[in-house]
Amino acid sequence: MNIHEYQAKQLFLHYSIPVPDGKQATTPESAEQVAKELGGDGWVVKAQVHAGGRGKVGGVKLAKTLAEVAEFSRGMLGKRLVTKQTGAEGLPINSLLIEKTYPIKRELYLSVLVDRGSERIIFIASAAGGMDIETVAHETPEQIISVPVHPAAGLQGYQCRKVAYALGLKGAQIKALGKIMQGLYDLFLAKDASQIEINPLIETDNGELIALDAKINFDDNAVEAHPDIRAMKDPDQEDEKENKAQQFGLNYITLEGNIGCMVNGAGLAMATMDLVKLKGGQPANFLDVGGGTSVEKVCEAFKLILSDHSVKAVLVNIFGGIVQCDIIAAGILAAVEQVHVAVPVVVRLEGTNAEQGRALLSNTGLNLYAADDLAHAAEQVVALAEAA
Amino acid sequence: MSILIDKDTKVICQGFTGKQGTFHSQQALDYGTLLVGGVTPERGGETHLGLPVFNTVQDAVSGTGATASVIYVPPFYAADAILEAVDAGIKLIVCITEGIPILQMLRVKAAMAGAGALLIGPNCPGVITPGECKIGIMPGHIHLPGSIGIVSRSGTLTYESVHQTTAQGLGQSTCVGIGGDPIHGMNFVDVLSRFQADEQTKGIVMVGEIGGGEEEEAADYIKAHVTKPVVAYIAGQTAPPGKRMGHAGAIVTGGKGTAEGKVAALKAAGIEVVSSPTDIGVAMKGCL
Repeated sequence: MNIHEYQAKQLFLHYSIPVPDGKQATTPESAEQVAKELGGDGWVVKAQVHAGGRGKVGGVKLAKTLAEVAEFSRGMLGKRLVTKQTGAEGLPINSLLIEKTYPIKRELYLSVLVDRGSERIIFIASAAGGMDIETVAHETPEQIISVPVHPAAGLQGYQCRKVAYALGLKGAQIKALGKIMQGLYDLFLAKDASQIEINPLIETDNGELIALDAKINFDDNAVEAHPDIRAMKDPDQEDEKENKAQQFGLNYITLEGNIGCMVNGAGLAMATMDLVKLKGGQPANFLDVGGGTSVEKVCEAFKLILSDHSVKAVLVNIFGGIVQCDIIAAGILAAVEQVHVAVPVVVRLEGTNAEQGRALLSNTGLNLYAADDLAHAAEQVVALAEAA
Repeated sequence: MSILIDKDTKVICQGFTGKQGTFHSQQALDYGTLLVGGVTPERGGETHLGLPVFNTVQDAVSGTGATASVIYVPPFYAADAILEAVDAGIKLIVCITEGIPILQMLRVKAAMAGAGALLIGPNCPGVITPGECKIGIMPGHIHLPGSIGIVSRSGTLTYESVHQTTAQGLGQSTCVGIGGDPIHGMNFVDVLSRFQADEQTKGIVMVGEIGGGEEEEAADYIKAHVTKPVVAYIAGQTAPPGKRMGHAGAIVTGGKGTAEGKVAALKAAGIEVVSSPTDIGVAMKGCL
């Protein structure tokens, strides 16, 4: 789960991580008011969307006057921001973060995440901040330092000093960075984060360290245990269909093709998408209906798939585990009738009673095709989508 | 011989009297698994499915001599259940539970270091030695005792591989679903090394997916240590970066964990990588 930058910075403040003076605003008037209250002679207006790469596409603007704060805010609010991370539709700008500006001496990079290889929480830092860290890691790996934390020992002082010296910090800054790292570590553990990134962490002209940006991702498996974090969820920043799917216990991801896919199991769902592509088609979605495919779930899955109007044909691929295929087939049949599925549907069923299941789906008078194996099913659905 | 489990493996179930535990324990008994009892706190002394219920794993081990345990408890109780099994001296712990917070698994793995127990999962279908012992949620009837070892991160793709190797008449020695979470127990290399050492296993099917670097590690290991033929399939070639594809572990981030990278590493190690998930069985037969 993602949250907005302004929410992440509020969490930072709770954990004694310094952030710029600033406040969220949702109208040009309140934005101007916020700037006035902050004082100073320059402000930054930042679009609050769940995506990086805002600066390059006009989502972050420097205002020299209060009038400019209002003007830039008016230009952003209510619009959609398209960055390299959002897809073509972009994300709606419903709120802004207005902050004071600071004289920047250097831009650093600092993040914390779970490293699955070492099975540790690790800190990653670099003196080459402000840039895309993946590019830095690729081109100049020597500029990156990483520090793994043992779960029993926790973050140690020497580890913070190691990072501080690697970043070229001196004197009081060493302690300041230690405090920031400890705050990040505490926040990470307390709220079940999966990644926290500060890019850039700035060193100001007078040597202060400030988190100029803040990005936090939370572990979806743990969010239930944190009502305060759950309350920060902004459905406007997420795919409507993906949100809806979650409500019904379905795992759905929108893609750009025209062949809808409904599959049980995440691995098989990915494999089915790959197969559609291999046969010359383009999958419209990833959809895992999970185990125990009930009529209600299959109905909801069809509704989701068909709410994407580019879908020309649907491939249902179910490997019947414990549940028998004739029961699954009856469920699919009921769902196709209930939802009034108009596009052709190819069904591949495998497992116990697969033949009875296929028999049920044949000669129904509906636009249904029971395939005898997965490769044929994929070929058939691609052909049907092309013919539509 | 098989790996990890056989007809003499004594198994208990944690979360025995719950809905999942009851259903899958009955399935295991029907399959012929030597299930000897189960654990549900405060239900000790009762009988469930004709088997004794214990309050603690320690009691169950003392009372039955079990060496393996299968866990069907909700996600927020699973870390506790795994560590209870470790503490009671269980040698093989199979955790089916999906949705365990990653920080809990991080602590579990650190606490398990040096304890001498093996963990399969979490978020996995389990492990089966066809005709002998089924620990998990896989449909037993699709399996056939035979010569192929199967190891996979995905449940239904394990079934798919089983179905295809059964259809080819090859059958399976043991099938291990290692699970779809980023932090989990046994990995590809742990299972591959056992298949290499197992006489019954003549060929190996390895099913990977996007995310992490375990397939690449497996490729290096196979190149150096595995002499048996290996057929691999990697799911997620069409998955967009930054999106979690169902499994918590199946995500491409920062250009790492892509299907292309994994396929290239496996091919470089001389492994036959099929591009279609429907070709696994045929390719395996062709390698033998």
